Amino acid sequence: MTLSYFIQQLLNGLSLGGAYALIAIGYTMVYGILRMINFAHGDVFMMSGYFMIYAITVMPWNIAIPAVIIGTILLGTLIERVAYKPLRSAPRMSVMISAIGVSYLLENLANYLFTAMPQSYPEISILKHVYTFGSITVSRVTLLAPILTIILTLVLVLLVNKTKLGMAMRACSKDQDTARIMGIKVDNIITITFVIGCTLAAIGSILYFTDRNTVQPYSGSLPGLKCFVAAVIGGIGNIPGAVLGGFIVGICQIVITATGYSVFSDAFTFVLLIIILFVKPSGFLGEKAIEKV
Amino acid sequence: MLEVKNLKINYGGIEAVRNVSFTVPNAKIVTLVGANGAGKSSILRSIIGLVKAADGSIHLDKRELIGLKTDEIVKHNITLVPEGRHVFPDQTVLENLKIGAYLRHDSLTEDLERVYRLFPRLKERSWQAAGTLSGGEQQMLAVGRALMASPEIIMMDEPSLGLAPIVVKEIFEIIKKINKQGTTVLLVEQNANMALRIADYGYVIENGEVTVHGTGEELLKNENVRKAYLGM
Repeated sequence: MTLSYFIQQLLNGLSLGGAYALIAIGYTMVYGILRMINFAHGDVFMMSGYFMIYAITVMPWNIAIPAVIIGTILLGTLIERVAYKPLRSAPRMSVMISAIGVSYLLENLANYLFTAMPQSYPEISILKHVYTFGSITVSRVTLLAPILTIILTLVLVLLVNKTKLGMAMRACSKDQDTARIMGIKVDNIITITFVIGCTLAAIGSILYFTDRNTVQPYSGSLPGLKCFVAAVIGGIGNIPGAVLGGFIVGICQIVITATGYSVFSDAFTFVLLIIILFVKPSGFLGEKAIEKV
Repeated sequence: MLEVKNLKINYGGIEAVRNVSFTVPNAKIVTLVGANGAGKSSILRSIIGLVKAADGSIHLDKRELIGLKTDEIVKHNITLVPEGRHVFPDQTVLENLKIGAYLRHDSLTEDLERVYRLFPRLKERSWQAAGTLSGGEQQMLAVGRALMASPEIIMMDEPSLGLAPIVVKEIFEIIKKINKQGTTVLLVEQNANMALRIADYGYVIENGEVTVHGTGEELLKNENVRKAYLGM
């Protein structure tokens, strides 16, 4: 393996990892506030891919990108309203099952609306611009993905830790009844959490599909699971942890593929999950379970 | 003034509270005493809107609170220090106090100083995570957090629960002080002795009903109350 090949693959891994990280944040934030795994998140990401395919046919890319983000937010918050909110006082398992139902619903809806044939993802020229350094060629999106991910993560961490909204979000994630006594509108905070998660999923879908060229109804299924694994590896409920997990899963996947074992690349993610659950069940940066009674 | 009339609360198919009426006049300390499971906490939680009342009325200065959501109720200057303190464990003491003032948009400096004067230990520990405080300190933080909303009525659910006697004494001193500064207090306690001593008026709740009521002194002298709750 030559050095340039290695660098090339590393860049690809960072790019994929960045997209994974953005999606993983959505899992981790929803878990943080509702203590449930939003299994529909990967499919929201897939729908976001289709939104771009259709948006680009009627508008220029610089309007299409915000339009896709807004569309994804609307879809995500609609799901929250219809499928999760009515179950607020139900056992968590019911909400989780509802999420699995929504996941299948979206996959089959996509199948019905867009057919099972893979559809080609639009080439957004500004993202597809190719740089050449010696024998290494990278597209702009490959370089942009990890940088954008880091910037968005920093902004999000600041939002959560330094603003009044973030304070309310952290309060809700710990103790919803007490948060209510403080005057916090918990339902609004939950909606905002979904808005943030969907925004990042939409950006993640642009980064991901631009590099992969096609979308089909099950495009969100496996990446969604991998991002969930990434969130668990990093420590579910922890935002920087989700990003770290996203990069680990993305880089591992590319490295394994590049070394010729691509058949094992998906399996590896889940083996990694099992190892982490054995060795460090709370994940790398997970919440410490110390609670004073 | 807080007026509770014929309040009924059902909890998991059981009538936890049936037909309870009481009044909390302004600037007084009123206490609800009674054994564990008598329905005292349910009453406070329904006043603040966390538990739905099945029947009756809860009027705060003539305004009906039943049917309002918790975040709307607390806008009317009433708050609850929940049983078990429920501070936000991962956030610092200072952040906990700031969350208490979540609905306010004015300067907090004065109230922060007031809370720190009442609880000097909170000032020393303002950068510590609330979960690392001792039980007594957490209770003080919970009270301080409630005061940050600058409420007219503060409801306290078992503030002495699980605390050492000396800390309990301290907490009750503070409750008296808060009341002297003009805040109305509705206190729920199993520690009837302490509660009745500082209260202007008390109600004994048994099996979801008011059985005896009177001034703190009257209840302390009442034969049945002494037998049942004061162990005398």
